[in-house]
Amino acid sequence: MARITMREAISQALMEEMDRDPAVFILGEEVGVWGGTYAVTKGFYDKYGAERVKDTPIAENAILGAAIGAAMVGQRPIAELMTINFAFSAMDYIVNQAPKLRYMFGGQFSVPMVIRAVGGGGRQLGATHSQTPDSVFAHFPGLVVVSPGTPADAKGLLKSAIRSNDPVLFIEHATMYQVRGEVPEGEYLVPLGKSTVQRPGKDVTIVTYCKGLELSLKAADDLAKQGIEAEIVDLRTLRPLDMEPVLESFRKTNRAVVVEEGWKSYGVGAEVVSRMYEEAFDYADAPIVRVAQKEVPLPYNRTLEQAALPQIPDIVAAVKEVMK
Amino acid sequence: MEKEKALQMYYEMVLIRRVEERGAELYQAGKIGGFMHLYIGQEAVSTGLIAAREPRDRVITAYRDHGVALNCGISANEVMAELLGKVTGTSKGKGGSMHMADTEKNMWGGHAIVGGHLPIASGLALGDQYAGNDNVTICMFGDGATNIGYFHEALNLSKTWGLRVLWVCENNQYGMGTAVERASAVDEIRQKAEGYGMKNAQVDGMDVAKVYAAAQEAMQFVRENAQPYLLEVNTYRFRGHSMGDPERYRKQEEVKKWQENDPIGIFRAQLLRESLATEAELDALDARAESETQKSVEFAEASPEPGMDELFKDIYAA
Repeated sequence: MARITMREAISQALMEEMDRDPAVFILGEEVGVWGGTYAVTKGFYDKYGAERVKDTPIAENAILGAAIGAAMVGQRPIAELMTINFAFSAMDYIVNQAPKLRYMFGGQFSVPMVIRAVGGGGRQLGATHSQTPDSVFAHFPGLVVVSPGTPADAKGLLKSAIRSNDPVLFIEHATMYQVRGEVPEGEYLVPLGKSTVQRPGKDVTIVTYCKGLELSLKAADDLAKQGIEAEIVDLRTLRPLDMEPVLESFRKTNRAVVVEEGWKSYGVGAEVVSRMYEEAFDYADAPIVRVAQKEVPLPYNRTLEQAALPQIPDIVAAVKEVMK
Repeated sequence: MEKEKALQMYYEMVLIRRVEERGAELYQAGKIGGFMHLYIGQEAVSTGLIAAREPRDRVITAYRDHGVALNCGISANEVMAELLGKVTGTSKGKGGSMHMADTEKNMWGGHAIVGGHLPIASGLALGDQYAGNDNVTICMFGDGATNIGYFHEALNLSKTWGLRVLWVCENNQYGMGTAVERASAVDEIRQKAEGYGMKNAQVDGMDVAKVYAAAQEAMQFVRENAQPYLLEVNTYRFRGHSMGDPERYRKQEEVKKWQENDPIGIFRAQLLRESLATEAELDALDARAESETQKSVEFAEASPEPGMDELFKDIYAA
């Protein structure tokens, strides 16, 4: 198995699926000649040509509307949003069109499309370019929302997303493209809608995903040195949400921390913790603690920005709190 | 125009009128819920347009979609059943008045977010371009939709990428209750196509023969040149914007003036004048439309409600 970066894993998934299925094509801002703002589609334009790697105007409604329409008539477009923050400019397509068309027309329409979007803070881009608004999108039935935390999952989930007959919002993290991990070569599929244990442990459950996974794995190493074995459950797909591995772990450890990069209010943690209490209240030996972003628009200044984002010591402290 | 074609168009216009009149009654009787936007007065627009398409050409429209659905060949039964929210409706009773579609008839939906379906229309055409065929997508929308960003993004993309879309603005003079000149920087909607270097024309939408001729010309241009085209069709809705419209924004004299130009009456006189049909033939078509409508009401009333299993069905692919 090769040890490659998240960027390479995503790029590999795209290329394999484009080679496998001629209905798959990419469209978005600077995906072609430029090679992708985050270089994920570097080399694609030369390999596949302008027909399959389409540079678009800076017009998110046109991009997503066109992708939906093409998907409705049988193509498998992958629309790239340069950042998830631009999703707000085309919110109608993500939450009001793509997820509704199958249901509202009695099952006649299918929208097999993927929206790839880069999210996350920590790059000093200021408040409008640094958000982690995943829970907003996960609110809507009909949409699949995926956000991988390892290169292997990124590859396997993206390949599954491209083959899915549902609209999938695939959220990547801007600071994780250089994260390395073992990734199976060739055909490798990870099912959508399945959470998984990324690190086994017996003392406490950490539920997280995406950037939170990277931080939690490091926090777990620190905690192990202090004799605490944390089990990390990675949600991977936010909708449909698979709570089974979370509950199974919690019933074993009876203590849990939920880590997310987005804001705590109405966030992923709010949903996960509610469901844990609904399904497994009797198993709790301590109140569940959430680690999340401070409730501020992210500032540009590096020190302030880092102070607002969840950090490894915050996770360690939260675990100690629930272990009391 | 061939006699057979002319009679079919006449029949469809009358059928739309009858189905909607009955729909309005059923709405008043509380049997139809939600919003319902009637097409009465505008029948010549979709009838002339859709008569000019080949079956492989796609149609997508806004929420004033009953007429378009009928013109595309969706049965009055299915239209009426959808209005009544029955499982036998076009969308199994889950879409309602504003969301009728039939992919087999190449009718890609009534869409209820103003302007929202224009970029999707670009996408339908993109799918065809990607597949390498020369199908045309006919995208209909109201004058009100030309002031929103979607319109401009979609027109720009269609011209930039050479997508085969016939953009059809049904200018019925009002976006809800706001007159065109109170909402649009230009009075002639077709002028907006100029900014995108797009071929465009205007046509009288109360005369179905003129709409048909203009649509044929536009379709041919789009197909042959792989370029979009904007056709502005001037028309007028005789009824309110939707069923609950107090109509404070227009004078009764104005409504009356347009009603004197009833598209069905105009076409009927034309058919007689040109000896394409006799009074008896047209009366027979009127009667057929009446009976088709009556049957559709009976069908819809007798149809079952969707079962509870439909509640959770078709949210995701199985």
